[in-house]
Amino acid sequence: MHVESKIRKPLITGGKTLRDVSNDISARVEEKPSLSWLAALGVSLLTLGVGAYAVYRTLWDGIGMWGLNKTVGWAWDITNFVWWVGIGHAGTLISAILLLFRQRWRMSINRAAEAMTIFAVICAAMFPLLHMGRLWLGFMWALPLPNTYGSLWVNFASPLLWDVFAISTYFSVSLVFWYIGLIPDFATIRDRAKNAGRKISAFVYGALSFGWDGAAKTWSRYETVSLVLAGLATPLVLSVHTIVSMDFATSVIPGWHTTIFPPYFVAGAIFSGFAMVLTLLIITRKVYNLEDYITIKHLELMNIVIIVTGSIVGIAYLTELFMAWYSGVEYEQYAFYNRVTGPYWWAYWSMMTCNVISPQLFWFKKIRTNIAATFIISIIVNIGMWFERFVIIVTSLHRDYLPSSWAMFYPTFYDVGMYLFSFGFFFTAYLLFSKYFPVINMAEVKSILKSTGEKIKTTK
Amino acid sequence: MNNKVSNFIVGIYEDEDVLLKAISRIREEGIKIYEVYSPFPVHGIENSLGYKRSRLSIAAFCFGFLGTCLALTMMIGMMTLDWPMIIGGKDFLPLPVFIPVVFEMTVLLSAFGMVGTFLVVSDLKPWGNPKTFDLRSTDNKHIMAIQLDKNKMKKDGIEKLLKSSGASEINEKTMDI
Repeated sequence: MHVESKIRKPLITGGKTLRDVSNDISARVEEKPSLSWLAALGVSLLTLGVGAYAVYRTLWDGIGMWGLNKTVGWAWDITNFVWWVGIGHAGTLISAILLLFRQRWRMSINRAAEAMTIFAVICAAMFPLLHMGRLWLGFMWALPLPNTYGSLWVNFASPLLWDVFAISTYFSVSLVFWYIGLIPDFATIRDRAKNAGRKISAFVYGALSFGWDGAAKTWSRYETVSLVLAGLATPLVLSVHTIVSMDFATSVIPGWHTTIFPPYFVAGAIFSGFAMVLTLLIITRKVYNLEDYITIKHLELMNIVIIVTGSIVGIAYLTELFMAWYSGVEYEQYAFYNRVTGPYWWAYWSMMTCNVISPQLFWFKKIRTNIAATFIISIIVNIGMWFERFVIIVTSLHRDYLPSSWAMFYPTFYDVGMYLFSFGFFFTAYLLFSKYFPVINMAEVKSILKSTGEKIKTTK
Repeated sequence: MNNKVSNFIVGIYEDEDVLLKAISRIREEGIKIYEVYSPFPVHGIENSLGYKRSRLSIAAFCFGFLGTCLALTMMIGMMTLDWPMIIGGKDFLPLPVFIPVVFEMTVLLSAFGMVGTFLVVSDLKPWGNPKTFDLRSTDNKHIMAIQLDKNKMKKDGIEKLLKSSGASEINEKTMDI
């Protein structure tokens, strides 16, 4: 019996050929930087510069430059840390979990998403390191190295140390995963440069491509490596934010000491990560004319992930409130009552509006397939996710056990400056990436171009 | 390294399904294919070429196991043997506390060990020299290279076979391998 499956709609539109894919993506690397790119880079570097001043003063004069006080000892720094780590969850989730689930639409977005992940994780790592005050000793305090305290080792019972291991592993494994995927594409750019006689390009991309020649044997090993890396990275993605949530959940502060934190944080991380991927890709696809590669279908599928994770986050918020009431513990009840109605009510309600209500708009097909609406909601989601961390951290701390210790947190210029620094770094890195690296995985996209087997039927 | 210059017949294919069929046909004729170069991974090509399944996943497991052992040795050595301390009322060998670091070290060593092995066995390195039979093999063509002095069939016969199996272009190339 001859059975032929129905032809699926192609993921890449515009009837692209293999050559078109190489041209469309490599041309972006080969052309001279555009004025708008230079302008964007200028703005990012300026932001980085302003932020660098805040970093310099923080290191020179100490953490006292921040708005922290005895009661609120953790505020913007750890909010930013958790926020950036959360954003850094989408890339590896897209390339690992979606690979295991054979979701081929991931292929046109995974490269940029992974790059974003790597930059976001660097931004995140910055905050705990700078919060140490003496950055140069950070390695000594965070890593199990012999030291002059005889050797007093690091404390493996502390979630903060688990974080060191989780984030450095996540960063390095994501970097390797990303780079292995880049090698065949660098080879494409190298061979194009050789063909066109551009010597410097051929040399640089030649070194970056590690002498890749696309031999079937190497491809076969490459496929095994990708699959095993995906298998390793999948629990890794879930473990990172689980461990980040344990920074709070294993403490005994009302509002933090809850077992719901790990799944709730992981869902929130995917939620904000996808939102950031959308923000960046909507701009990238517009500027680079990648509408045939990142189609409305791709945006819609990402929006669906946002509805799902946003709803999980919403349920988690409500569960927290319910459990606080149901626990009968008055400290716990007060922590949540204070979040909703206390002096930081505006932060709580911003979080609720941005994270719970706004993604629900994506149930309407018209909204989730509308680029402008998606772009706006993707930004709103990330504002909401920043407030979520701020609410969890600051509102739980500012009402200490003794009312005489109650305080408020007011950020200084240096708190804001540190945040700007991370933004400056993130956008500078992303801009450099999008100019000098292929933003779409050419090799993978080429493997899904064909939707029919017409040619095989016509040959003997 | 003993480099030697060899003559190759290079068949160029446009379509991966045609290529797969061609590989099987050419191998049935008793011709040894030196290697096939593609711009993207072609599914099933390793079976057609008769390559064995990659053992890199075994390497990943071994390195992962090494990571598990190292993490446990490190933590037990530091927290239990070298400087025992009671932290949070836990005993000197708080195994549940070790789980996150053991997991992370397992993943770290497994990933790095496997990727390192992959780079070594595939001879991928920044100063590596690609075997470029045709520059289009990283762009839009599948390239099949057949080494002449390794095959009994004469040049004309191989060229004819390549043509009839769907190759769009047939070239000759002398390569240092």
